[in-house]
Amino acid sequence: MRDNPEHAGRLAQAEPILVAENLVKHYPIKGGVLRRTVGQVKAVDGVSFTLHRGETLGIVGESGCGKSTLGRLLMRLEDPTSGTVMFNGVDMFSKQGSEMRRLRRDIQIVFQDPYTSLNPRKTVGDIIGEPFKIHKDAVPKGGYDKAVRNLLDVVGLNPEHINRYPHQFSGGQRQRIGIARGIALNPKVLICDEPVSALDVSVQAQVINLMGRLQDDLGLSYVFIAHDLSVVRHISDRVAVMYLGKMAELGTEDQIYESPTHPYTQALLSAVPVPDPTLRGKREQIVLTGDVPSPANPPSGCRFHTRCWKAQDKCKTEEPLLAMRPDGVSEHESACHFAEPRTIVKTVDVSTVDAPTSTISGQDVAPDD
Amino acid sequence: MTTTTSSPTTTRHSEFAPVGDAPLLEVQDLYVDFHTDDGVAHAINGVSFQLQPGESLAILGESGSGKSVTAQAIMGILDVPPAKIPQGSVRYNGHDLLTMSEDQRRRTRGPEISMIFQDALSSLNPVFPVGWQIAEMFRQHRGMNKSDAYAQAVRLMERVQIPAARQRVKAYPHQFSGGMRQRIMIAMSIALDPAVLIADEPTTALDVTVQAQIMKLLEDLQEERQMGLILITHDLGVVADVADRIAVMYAGRLMETADVYELYRRPAHPYTKGLLDSIPRLDQKGQTLAAIGGLPPNLLRMPTGCPFHPRCRYAQDVCRQDLPELREVAPGRRTACHFAEEVYGA
Repeated sequence: MRDNPEHAGRLAQAEPILVAENLVKHYPIKGGVLRRTVGQVKAVDGVSFTLHRGETLGIVGESGCGKSTLGRLLMRLEDPTSGTVMFNGVDMFSKQGSEMRRLRRDIQIVFQDPYTSLNPRKTVGDIIGEPFKIHKDAVPKGGYDKAVRNLLDVVGLNPEHINRYPHQFSGGQRQRIGIARGIALNPKVLICDEPVSALDVSVQAQVINLMGRLQDDLGLSYVFIAHDLSVVRHISDRVAVMYLGKMAELGTEDQIYESPTHPYTQALLSAVPVPDPTLRGKREQIVLTGDVPSPANPPSGCRFHTRCWKAQDKCKTEEPLLAMRPDGVSEHESACHFAEPRTIVKTVDVSTVDAPTSTISGQDVAPDD
Repeated sequence: MTTTTSSPTTTRHSEFAPVGDAPLLEVQDLYVDFHTDDGVAHAINGVSFQLQPGESLAILGESGSGKSVTAQAIMGILDVPPAKIPQGSVRYNGHDLLTMSEDQRRRTRGPEISMIFQDALSSLNPVFPVGWQIAEMFRQHRGMNKSDAYAQAVRLMERVQIPAARQRVKAYPHQFSGGMRQRIMIAMSIALDPAVLIADEPTTALDVTVQAQIMKLLEDLQEERQMGLILITHDLGVVADVADRIAVMYAGRLMETADVYELYRRPAHPYTKGLLDSIPRLDQKGQTLAAIGGLPPNLLRMPTGCPFHPRCRYAQDVCRQDLPELREVAPGRRTACHFAEEVYGA
């Protein structure tokens, strides 16, 4: 889906829409009787990237790596400790009040849990229509009701169900409601924080396909935050790998999956199970020892050095910068002193293979009652 | 690794010794209903399978497919009521677990059959040290004294590769990471050397690098102790890595059972085929996902005929009327579909 040449061609000349520069978010740890700050949880610690128009940037990492905090910063649900985010050339964090509200129209978010991110006491119509109530001048011609019905239709739900409550929908349908709310104001950027993680396999593909279709139809740019590397590969044009609040590696989908140069990316890729038993025992397994260190007290130098098999003295003292490093084919950004390409996943290009047609697709079955 | 019938390392309790050449575990025509205010939910509708020593059987299914309820029925930890088992049997070494006295049943949990749950944090008691909880197994079932039981707990914690086990035996569950907690759960579950281990989504809550460590540990332990392993999961990737045999569940029924290699190579049920076509793969680019349309059925109002027919491309009138039986379509392959040959041959 993401690999069609037309899409790639458009991206090649796309201009940047969202530019994050050295973003930092530290949360204070309070302790003692006087509730003094005794430490900092360094959730996001110096992250920079550029998102282009119509592009999907995947952000992967394990729990605690700061990927969700990054998403919240991009939405300005949190204010950063330092750093800037430029949206269309405008510094987001310098805006206040109505100017900020105006800017928010262009950046929307879809949350992970479709069960807790929808107000159970509101109807679907109220939930999807709420953005229009806040941004009154954004209601399209034809009125509020028509706009909401139209959105339901766009995300593949029955417009007749506008007066139902979230509990009357399944997980996949609720996530469609969340997406409908996200695209209501016709945003330019959609931040998706684990949008398909809570869904069953058979429903996950429906939502992924929906997101791809919406991107093509509406020209959306996605920041796609997820822990599932297979899903991220499928949907992303470029991928950033995060570890303990920093970016370990950043490159195009091909670069990250076919010639990863950072040991952490390599270990991560080797740990992902592939649904093919014939590969059993044939894939290279890099088993990392230990757990992710606490972001309150990250290791010195390279943050990955405590679990890295390549670590030298230099890694303990000197922090490797995210910089262009050769990957065998060309070069891409990696934050490792000893960056070296290594093939972990033997990729098969199936873009020319006809789509499987084993099952009906697209149509949603109406929920019960 | 398939069905090697070597004797377990320790001698089994004679009470549950095999009767004749009975399989290690045999579930036959099992039904489980839940009686709710809205009606009766048919969670399991006639499930049968067998497990041999040393074999890993994966029960694959989505939420609501009945895979966890199957495990709970085997383990005897269903809440009755609202659950009810109107029909069926679960035999361990030929002994019917469902007709046993509760006392006898309790003696099977731990030394004969044990279970690992998805959420280790809520499965462990937060107010007791982990070592105490592992040692409890030995005190309760083996009548060991406190210090011996603690020594055993340390030994087990070392076996499941918890660093500095001796120092951490008195630590509480919240002081461990998710992966370490799951290791503690595993230590508890293998403490009494069970013949059957049921792992219900053991790695779903864990990060992928930790998942790899835990699956490796489970595999090693199974091989070392020749346990029969039932792995309950929704993850087609994990299954491909560890299982010998797969049972695919949908709406409380077995849709298909097969050897793992055969199933991935050539699914014979439209649902299995649909699942395989709908998952994004790490090792493919330019993939088109063929989503399965629609939703799994409501267990309170099951469709007539085949439960998958509203979502199936192959569905004909016969599918709407007649429930397909699980039947052999090829050697070792059993599928519940009227058009299994067509799907298999495609």
